[in-house]
Amino acid sequence: MHELSIAMSIVDMAQEEAVRRKVHIDAVHLELGALSGVVKEALLFSYEVACGGTPLEGSRLVVKDIPIEVYCQTCEMPKTLKSMQWFCCPDCGTQTPQVIHGKELTITALELRQ
Amino acid sequence: MNLQPRMLEVRKNVLKQNDVIARALRDRFRAQGTLAVSLVSSPGAGKTTFLEKALTLLKPHYRVAALVGDLATENDALRLARSKVPVKQITTGTLCHLEAAMVEHALEDWNLDQLDLLFVENVGNLVCPASYDLGEDLRLVLLSVTEGEDKPLKYPTIFNSADAAVITKIDLAAAVEFDELAANANIQAVRPGMRVFKVSAKTDEGMDNCLQFLSDALAERSRKNICLDLAASAS
Repeated sequence: MHELSIAMSIVDMAQEEAVRRKVHIDAVHLELGALSGVVKEALLFSYEVACGGTPLEGSRLVVKDIPIEVYCQTCEMPKTLKSMQWFCCPDCGTQTPQVIHGKELTITALELRQ
Repeated sequence: MNLQPRMLEVRKNVLKQNDVIARALRDRFRAQGTLAVSLVSSPGAGKTTFLEKALTLLKPHYRVAALVGDLATENDALRLARSKVPVKQITTGTLCHLEAAMVEHALEDWNLDQLDLLFVENVGNLVCPASYDLGEDLRLVLLSVTEGEDKPLKYPTIFNSADAAVITKIDLAAAVEFDELAANANIQAVRPGMRVFKVSAKTDEGMDNCLQFLSDALAERSRKNICLDLAASAS
């Protein structure tokens, strides 16, 4: 359960940005890769806790799930995996160790109060 | 009236702070010629026993040391100290994983150029340590025969983040009807091409192969260092 410390980092980073730009944040947008090792539900719960008593209290965390994208050497193109238990090209079955996307844990945007 | 929320685009990696420290550690290990190897597994998979044996077997050939992460108690460090190499405990309190800053802090009074191999034993946990780069050169994921062959499928993230897998307690394989083929297939499913070693730290079976792998990685590191030095002196 490291989601709380991740949530606290998100709140810290967002708050830093809010102070720097003198804005109020309504929502934080986050890209969350399937291979990031972070559980979305636990993160959403932790985010509320982490916001408590900070200027971000009441703000939302908007999570965009990023699926695992690998490079298939046989098809010579990126492919999206259907299952994280099966690192093989969904079309030709070639093993695909090369991960392109899926490890993201990235703040992409801040929604500001008008 | 404009109902569109005002969006401010940013792009910030949440774990950037950890990654920056990890990168600095990795550069330091490389510069000093130290190979850093981390161990991850579920609790009870045999990390400490494996490490105790590895330290004992490697000690006559290399300058080795270990950092050991644990939630509480210094039992593991005390066990490892029996191998008579430098060992330091990192007590994480309630934290379920090691972070790069903890490794950095633990190394503050250690002289890395006196070390060939540094082991970092993570907290027993197959979930959280997957997200944190510790600056290690190699991450070994341990899986004991008593845990079941499907562990890699249940915890694909950590297996995918590792560089090699070590199946431990192989001396018990027959007693627990461990299906080695299935375990191997599951490891390959989540991390195609990963090297897999089978060891028993109790009987020493397979330890030589696994340690040779580390020794080869260290030799590779030294060669690279020499190449870099030559390039530097030529320029």
